[in-house]
Amino acid sequence: MNEAFLETLWLTFRLASTTMAILLVLGIPLAYVLAASRAWYKPLVEALVSMPLVLPPTVLGFYLLIAFSPDKALGNWLLEHLDIRLVFTFPGLVLGSIIYSLPFMVQPIQAGFENLPPHLAEASYTLGKSRRTTLFRVLLPNIKPALLTGMVLSFAHTVGEFGVILMIGGNIPGETRVASIAIYDEVEGLNYAVAHQYAAVLVAFTFLILLTVYTINRSFIKRQWGA
Amino acid sequence: MMQIELYHPLWSAAGRMVLDLRLEVQPGELLAVYGPSGSGKTTLLRMLAGLAHPERGLIRFGEEVWLDTKKRWVVPTKRRKLGLVFQEYALFPNMTVRKNLEYALERGQPKSEIAELMHIMELEELADRYPAKLSGGQQQRVALARALVRRPHLLLLDEPLSALDTEMRFRLQEYILELHKAYSLTTILVSHDVHEVIRLADRVVLLEEGKIREVGGAAQVLSLPGWVRLEGVVSRIIPGAAVVIVGSTELQVALPAELAQHLREGDTVKVALQPSGQPALLWE
Repeated sequence: MNEAFLETLWLTFRLASTTMAILLVLGIPLAYVLAASRAWYKPLVEALVSMPLVLPPTVLGFYLLIAFSPDKALGNWLLEHLDIRLVFTFPGLVLGSIIYSLPFMVQPIQAGFENLPPHLAEASYTLGKSRRTTLFRVLLPNIKPALLTGMVLSFAHTVGEFGVILMIGGNIPGETRVASIAIYDEVEGLNYAVAHQYAAVLVAFTFLILLTVYTINRSFIKRQWGA
Repeated sequence: MMQIELYHPLWSAAGRMVLDLRLEVQPGELLAVYGPSGSGKTTLLRMLAGLAHPERGLIRFGEEVWLDTKKRWVVPTKRRKLGLVFQEYALFPNMTVRKNLEYALERGQPKSEIAELMHIMELEELADRYPAKLSGGQQQRVALARALVRRPHLLLLDEPLSALDTEMRFRLQEYILELHKAYSLTTILVSHDVHEVIRLADRVVLLEEGKIREVGGAAQVLSLPGWVRLEGVVSRIIPGAAVVIVGSTELQVALPAELAQHLREGDTVKVALQPSGQPALLWE
């Protein structure tokens, strides 16, 4: 394993964990509001959140590329005023990944909230507790499996991302060259041995992480709900 | 004193109806709200707790105004000092029995205050168990105790015992009566169990389709238009009376000495509740 190989894996891990962490912070309030909401615009928000599930990644990547390009309004403004460049950079990849993996974080957590008995939150309010306290001490601890599922799925989905990254990130070693891109690149260059290495690491990693999730969730459900 | 005035259109299983009632509850009273399902009992309780809001209404508890729609005044649930016990217990699955109670402590309230409640409700041995490992009756004991940790003056019970078997109900009714007295509570109990209402309530409100049909003593309200006839089993015969188990309730029925020989323990008998509240054996 050479340095470039490790660098690519490290970049992939950094991208996936950064995306996951930001999505967790964004996803919890969004899922909480969606689960509780009966507003007319709820289907609209749900549709927007879920769009990356069905949209070809290249479409998303294409629009992001256009939006972030320094010769377009948004990209230009970001560059001039905030000195942020989002095309072919790591921050751009993070932003693209957040949008692309959003449903994988929001949907499990929203389902987790919706499946909780409504009386849990109400009981907490009648005990004099605020919505915040109720969220952090009653609701979230009781949807740990959903939180774990959301975190793992959004992490793994980011690792597996290809189309969006190719469109807005390209293939810059150490900056935007992640494992899935590297595999493609190595195969193009007929370096099958290296492609094998990347592929094997991803297969093993994916299997282990899903195995962990299912094992943890099973023991949690057994302990807490007596099922 | 508690003053309640509510007006709210509702859609129940039976169709559209209007919850429209005025009610006063005396301090220290145990008031039962009795009525068929869909009569608005639970909605009434939820509105008192601030979990639902009426179109128009006024709720005053002692000096505090919890709701006054005319003045657009609503006190949120967490600031209404009350205890609410749900039919489904609603214990927090992620907390042990002790933690469930500790969660209810107000800021600055010492943990030691929980000990007394645990003692009354006989929860000490269950303290470190999770709710999933408790029976229905045990869970409801925890829920009752938890509802009282804040020392509320108002206790709301929403069909708290309807998921339990007869024996467990009987024992929990004892706990409810004990807590009601020990903590000088004003208690509002929603129930559709006649026996429970007779056993616990000082006064009964009969609710039908969102309106109060009748208010008064249990026997008076429940015997409308005639006496209530109940069936029970004789558990003991004591001088001058028979003790009859009706549902989960024990009734002491006058038994003239000359008739005692006709009755044995285990006999099924009919009991009528007179409008005065006195039960009487029916000889048929």
